[in-house]
Amino acid sequence: MIMSNTSKYTVIPLLVNGQSHDVMVRSADTLLHTLREQIGLTGAKHACGNGDCGACTVLVDGKPMHSCLMLAVEAVSEEITTIEGLKHSEMRQAFVEQWAIQCGYCTPGFILNCHALVKEHPDADDEKIEEWLQSNLCRCTGYYEIKQAVKFVLEMNKKNG
Amino acid sequence: MQNGFHKTVGTAEQRIDAIEKSTGNVKYLGDKLTKGMLHAKVATSTEAHAIIKSINTMEAWKVPGVHAIVTGDMFPFPIGPILADRPPLAFKKVRYYGEPVAIIVAEHPYQAKQAARKIIVDYEPLPIVNSVEQAFQKDAPLIHEQSGQYTKIIDNVYPVPGTNIASHIKIRKGDFGQAWAACTDTFTATYSFNLSDHAAMETRSATVEINPDGRVIVHSTSQSPYTIKKIFNQFFNLEVGKVIVHIPMLGGAFGGKGAVQLEPLAYLASNAVGGKLVKLHFEREEDMMTAPCHIGFNATVKLGVNQEGKLMAGQYTFLIEAGAYSDQAAGITRAAALDCTGPYHIPNVWCDSYCMYTNHPYATSFRGYGHPELTFAIERTMDQFANKLKMDPIEFRLLNAIKPGHTTPTQSVLTVNNIGDAAKCITRAKELIEWTSDPVSTTKDGLIRAKGVALFWKTSTTSTNAQAGAILLFEPDGSVKLSCAAVELGQGTKTILAQIAAERLKMDVSEIHVTMEVNTQYTPHQWRTVASSTTFLAGNAVLAAADDAIRQLKKIGAVALQCSEEDLEVGNSRVYIKSDPMKGIAIKTIALGYKFPDGHTVGGQVIGTGVKMQRQLTTMDKETGFGDPGPWWSVGAQGVEIEWDERNFTYKIIKAVTVMDGGTIINPMTATQQMRGGIFLGLSIASGESFEFNEQGVIQNPDLRTYQMMRMGDQPSEYIVEFIETPSEDGPFGARGIGEYGVIGAAAALANSLSSATNVEMNKLPLTPEMIWRMKGEAYDSVQF
Repeated sequence: MIMSNTSKYTVIPLLVNGQSHDVMVRSADTLLHTLREQIGLTGAKHACGNGDCGACTVLVDGKPMHSCLMLAVEAVSEEITTIEGLKHSEMRQAFVEQWAIQCGYCTPGFILNCHALVKEHPDADDEKIEEWLQSNLCRCTGYYEIKQAVKFVLEMNKKNG
Repeated sequence: MQNGFHKTVGTAEQRIDAIEKSTGNVKYLGDKLTKGMLHAKVATSTEAHAIIKSINTMEAWKVPGVHAIVTGDMFPFPIGPILADRPPLAFKKVRYYGEPVAIIVAEHPYQAKQAARKIIVDYEPLPIVNSVEQAFQKDAPLIHEQSGQYTKIIDNVYPVPGTNIASHIKIRKGDFGQAWAACTDTFTATYSFNLSDHAAMETRSATVEINPDGRVIVHSTSQSPYTIKKIFNQFFNLEVGKVIVHIPMLGGAFGGKGAVQLEPLAYLASNAVGGKLVKLHFEREEDMMTAPCHIGFNATVKLGVNQEGKLMAGQYTFLIEAGAYSDQAAGITRAAALDCTGPYHIPNVWCDSYCMYTNHPYATSFRGYGHPELTFAIERTMDQFANKLKMDPIEFRLLNAIKPGHTTPTQSVLTVNNIGDAAKCITRAKELIEWTSDPVSTTKDGLIRAKGVALFWKTSTTSTNAQAGAILLFEPDGSVKLSCAAVELGQGTKTILAQIAAERLKMDVSEIHVTMEVNTQYTPHQWRTVASSTTFLAGNAVLAAADDAIRQLKKIGAVALQCSEEDLEVGNSRVYIKSDPMKGIAIKTIALGYKFPDGHTVGGQVIGTGVKMQRQLTTMDKETGFGDPGPWWSVGAQGVEIEWDERNFTYKIIKAVTVMDGGTIINPMTATQQMRGGIFLGLSIASGESFEFNEQGVIQNPDLRTYQMMRMGDQPSEYIVEFIETPSEDGPFGARGIGEYGVIGAAAALANSLSSATNVEMNKLPLTPEMIWRMKGEAYDSVQF
C-alpha cells in the first residue's frame, strides 16, 4: 500500500474485536484516533498522546500497545482488541469487585494491560505485576486495588487450572 | 413488613458507576462525537512577561479549514471567580508562558493546530517575576499595574495596589506580641515548594453552541456548572436561564476543574463562527502549561510554648503562589489563614496570608484547598519543636490537640457537633504505625527505617450561601429517579446520594436511579462539587426531598387506605399502617397517583424536592479575621513509614496509615477509596511532583514523561485506612465531608519520616533523592568548622 504524508485519505481495513471495518484515514492518523473517530470505539482514551500514561492501551495480536503511538496504517492485518471486546473477561469483573475503579478514565487501558499480563505471565509475582503496569498511570486509586484485582485473577486462574 | 429492606448507610454498596466504567461505556466529554463540529485551538504566549505590540494573523488565515481567529482585543475584559483580573485571551500584555493569546477555529483539530503555530505575536519583553519570594520583594517588577481597579466578585479579597499582592488576609486573635514575649521556648522555620499540576487523567475540554434563539449550550469537564452560568451572565451579559450547562462524568478533577477557563474561550470561539458548535480540547501539554495548576507555597511558622509545653502563641506568614492570575488562589489564601494553626489550641494567633502574583501559570483549587500545604508547614514545625523541647512528637501533639470548647483562629467556637476527635485520631494512628520512642531503626541490609506522623484538620470554606438541591421523581414501578447537580468525578458521590435516599425511603438502593450527568436545565442548583461539601449539602437535600416524598406518599396512601396520614409508615416499597403492617399499599400503585376501581383518581406523580443551604456562616472581618467560615471541621491523622538508602538518597514508602474522623461513614469502601487515593496523591506530589522553571519562566517538564508522578510500584506496600465516627448532628445520618482529606497530611508525614531518617530537616518539596541530597549538602555546608 502506498501512503504519503499528505492530508489525502485512504481506505484501509482494520480488524477490531473480531469484526472487519473499512476506515478512511490520513497517513498521520493514529490508531487511537481512528478507533475513536472512525469506528466510534471510545473506550480507549486520549490522555497524553505521548505514550506516557497508557490510557489508550489496546491489544494488538494480544500484546498491549499504546494506540496513540501506533499509526492506523500500521495496524492493517493485525488483530486489535479494545475494551469493548473484553466485556466478559474476568479481569473486567475483578476491577469492579476489587474497587479498582474511581473516575474510570484510566480503567479501560489498565484492564487491557492487566488482561495481557495474566495471559502472558500466569505466575506473575508482585515484582512482575508492578513492572508490567508501570506503563499506565492512575491518579485516583493509589494502585493498591488495581494490584489486588490482578492478584485475584491470577489466583482464580490457578485454582481453575 | 420491614424485612426486605436492609440498612444501606454504613454498607459497602457497589459503586453504581463501576460496571459502566469497566466496560468502557461511559461517555466522557471527549467521547461524544459530533459530526460537523468545529474545533478550536489556542495560540499561546512564548513569553512569561511581555507587552503585546501586535498580533499578526495573516499567515494563520491561509491554513485550509480555518473559520475564525479571535484575539484579546475582541473581548478585553478581565474575568475571575474572586477577583476579576484575567482576560480570557491576553490583552495588551502576557503574564505567563503558555497564556492564550488567540483562538483559531477550524474544520479539523490539526488544521487549527497548524494555524495556531502561524500566529505571529510581536512582544516587548518585561522583567520576569520567577518566584513567590521575588514577587514579595519591594522592588519586584509589577505584574498587575491596575490591581486596585479590579472588580471584586466575592468578599474577603484585598489586593494591595502597587505590589504583587492579589490579596492579604489577616488573623489577629488574642495578643500575639505579649504572649510571644512570655513564652518559655520558641521555634521558627520556613518551608517552600513550587507550583505543580493536578494531572487528572482526562484533560480539560469544553464545547459551546449558540442557538439562533439565543440559548447557549455548554458541555464541559467542570466541577462548577452553575458557576459557568453565573460567569456567562456576569461577563457576557447572557440571561442565566438561557445558558444551559451539561456535565458528563469526569475523568478525575482534584479541584483543577473547579476553575472556569475553557468555557469562556469556547464561547468566544463559537460566537466568532455564528454560534456553530465549537469544541476546545486541551492536549496534555496545554492542560499542564495553559490551564490552571496547583499553588506554590512559602511559609514561615513561629510557635511559642509555656513551661508545660502548651502552645501559647503562633505566627504564620504564608506566601501563596497564585501565578499570573488570582483565580481560586485568592480563596486558598483565605482558607489557609482561617485554619492556620492546624488542629491545635493556640490562644494567641497572628497570621498574614498573602496571595502572590508571579509570571508562572496561574493556580486554582487543588484537593485540600490550602490545607495539605499549611499542614506540611505546621506539622514539620510540630516535629522540630518537639525535638527541641525533648518531647515525643505525638505527646506534644496530644498535649495541644484542639477540642470542643476551644476556638479556631477566626474565633469560631468548637462544639462536640462541629469538630471530630483529634486526640483519638492521632492515638489510633500511633498504634497503627507502631510508633515507638525511637522512630528510626536500621535494617539488616543497612537501610534506615523511619516513621513520621501528621495531624490535620479542615473546614469546608464554601460561600456563606452555598447550597444544593435534589429532586426525587417516582416512576410507575415505584422506583425513584434522583436528580441533582453533584458532579461525579470519581469520588463516588452518586452512589452515596443513592444510599442516603434509599436509607430514608427504606427502599433497596438498586431502586434509586441516579442521573449521572448534570444538565442545568433539569437539575436543581448546586454551588459546586468542591470543598468536600457534597455529602453534606446534597446529602441533606436528598434527605429533605425524601421527607417531602414520604409526606406525599402518606397523603395519597391515606386516601387509598382510608385512614389518617399519621397512621402510616413508608418502607420496603410500601405505604402501610404502622400498627398493622400487613395492611398497606405498594408504592408503585400510588407513585403516579392512585386510581380507584371505579376510575376516580387521587394525587399524581410523587415528586419530592429538597434543598440544603449553609446556615449562619459569615465572611471574615478584614482586620482580625473574626467570623464563622465553615460548618464543621473534619480531623484526621496520618503516618508514613519509609526505608531510606543513605548511599544513593533513594527511599521506598513501606506503609501509609490514615485515621479519619468523618462522622458517620455512609459507604466504608468508597470512603476507603477516597482516603487511600488521597494519601497516594499527597505522597505523589510530595515525593516527586513540581514544575521546573527556567530563567525565562518556562516550564521544563510539561508532560507526563518528565513530570514525575507515582507509578505502579512506587506506592506504599501497605495502606491502612480506619475511620473514627464521631457523628455530626447536622450531617446526613451524622456524616461530615471527607473527599479531600486523605491528601492533607501526606506531605507532612513523609517529610517528617525522611527528616528523622536523614537527620536533616526536610523543609522543601518535592522530596526527590536530588532534593534530599541538596538539603543534606546545605545542612553540611552550614555547619561551622
